[in-house]
Amino acid sequence: MNPMIKLTDMNKWFDDFHVLKNINLSVGEGEKIVICGPSGSGKSTLIRCLNRLEAHQNGKIEINGIPLNDNLKNLQEIRKEVGMVFQHFNLFPHLSILENLTLAPQWVHKIPKEEAEEYAMDLLRRVAISDQAYKYPGQLSGGQQQRVAIARSLCMKPKIMLFDEPTSALDPEMVKEVLDVMVDLAKEGMTMLCVTHEMGFAKQVADRVIFMDEGEIVEEADPETFFSNPTHPRSIEFLAQILH
Amino acid sequence: MSLKYTKNPEKRSLPMMQGFAKWMKKNLFSTPINSAISLILLGLLVKLLGPFLNWLVFNATWEGTAQTCRHNDGACLVFIKEKFIFILYGFYPRELLWRPTLAIAFFIGLCFYSREISRWNKRLLSYWLILILIWAFLLKGGLFGLESVSLDKWGGLPLTLILAVIGIIFSYPLGILLALGRTGYLPLVRSFCLGYIELIRGVPMISLLFMASVMFPLFLPDGLVLPKLMRAQIAIIMFMSAYMAEVVRGGLAAVDKGQYEAADALGLSYWQKMLKVILPQALKIVIPPTVNTAIGMFKDTSLVLIIALSDLLMTTKTSLKDPKWLGFSVEAYVFVALIYFIFCFSMSRYSKRLEKEFSYGGRS
Repeated sequence: MNPMIKLTDMNKWFDDFHVLKNINLSVGEGEKIVICGPSGSGKSTLIRCLNRLEAHQNGKIEINGIPLNDNLKNLQEIRKEVGMVFQHFNLFPHLSILENLTLAPQWVHKIPKEEAEEYAMDLLRRVAISDQAYKYPGQLSGGQQQRVAIARSLCMKPKIMLFDEPTSALDPEMVKEVLDVMVDLAKEGMTMLCVTHEMGFAKQVADRVIFMDEGEIVEEADPETFFSNPTHPRSIEFLAQILH
Repeated sequence: MSLKYTKNPEKRSLPMMQGFAKWMKKNLFSTPINSAISLILLGLLVKLLGPFLNWLVFNATWEGTAQTCRHNDGACLVFIKEKFIFILYGFYPRELLWRPTLAIAFFIGLCFYSREISRWNKRLLSYWLILILIWAFLLKGGLFGLESVSLDKWGGLPLTLILAVIGIIFSYPLGILLALGRTGYLPLVRSFCLGYIELIRGVPMISLLFMASVMFPLFLPDGLVLPKLMRAQIAIIMFMSAYMAEVVRGGLAAVDKGQYEAADALGLSYWQKMLKVILPQALKIVIPPTVNTAIGMFKDTSLVLIIALSDLLMTTKTSLKDPKWLGFSVEAYVFVALIYFIFCFSMSRYSKRLEKEFSYGGRS
């Protein structure tokens, strides 16, 4: 079967700074990948390259068989397939929660308003937030906003979900409600790439953990092995630091 | 702010004077320095306002002739009574004054109708465009039995309003387009917009107006003659849109980068992203500088007097040349300043209100 995501010898520079070095990665359908590593290791940049929020300079990226390059049509297709959840939610503050969810389906997929709203309400119920549909993002707590952000991405019926440190801007008591939604999503078979330091989440849902340092994939293993028996010295050091 | 006290149920029973004394004590005389500043400012106010009011109201001449005025110290309001029709309407035929008056009434009516942002939609936009047609029809005439009035008879307040309102209506969208072009992805469009903005901002409006009256005709194809008013209008729109563009660009830069990324990640196209996500936020952020620019432009239309269009300021100056009424320039300028002030102050108040209404529930 063709992989959903395939990176071949991918490199990226910010000016002179080599952020991503020879990344090779293949993600199958329904696979859940957790990416971790010290800050500045390029993990966020890596997943931001997958929907071209950052452009890579050489090497190949293929999403669901579509090559990601300067071709705008390909990019448009890929962005329809790939949902993204940000650290700071990035909800649209001038739109109500419901409008946040229906905006893209109405304009990108040209779905009629009523239909889009119906589906949006379904999703809001799924993330247990349907009673807030007519409020504005500024009136919701961080955890609620992040759940809305997840629902907003799901509204586009993506095949792949990218999570860029979805819980690191949250107050501690709100982390669980967001992780619960992500666990549910994982159970439904979504292909997920998640940059996070939530080791509990990684152990529970990840098929593979990828450890990055200085722009390279240093270690790749199933969570059990990675957490109990890391092999690379830098992973050992990193785990020692985050687990105290 | 003193109202705050009356809202407090305990204090509501206080006699008003007592409440006022308390307010003074708290806000004006709380510390020795505060008291000193308050006294100085109040003293200054009395010193300046007193003589002005004496001049304008108490010693003013309300009835009589220019001769009576010259005997008295105060303002010659007779002059204003005599000349205000001319200042407001210029050389527009006296018997047809109902037409510009009606045009202004339509304009003010539409302003009031447009105050509620719930009414802002495409229909309202078309009302404004229709308003411009109505203006043209009423002022120019020549259709449906309305007597035709030549453009060089237009003057005073209607002319100033035409230049300012049409200027604002057209330069705002143009400014947005220029700002988008300047910040967009297309290198040629970007250089063009940048060049346009810098060029226009780099020259004084007066030189643009001169160019409009002298140079435009040279570029136009043979046989096409644009009236001077229209050429000035085009120059004003060109000038305003460059300034609006820079204001809007500030707003585009102030919108959080995450908003652009979220819109991109959802697969919105460039125009969808801009129209639905970025511009609504950006334009809201720049309401104060936008209105600031609009106010500046409203007043800058008075520069058209140098190419001999009789706008409000020009008619005022002309009214001073009447040999029977020489020497009342202060009265005339105070009067015309008051008219400008009414329009500009309304815009400023309205800007405040818009800012409030656009603050989406809770924090933004």
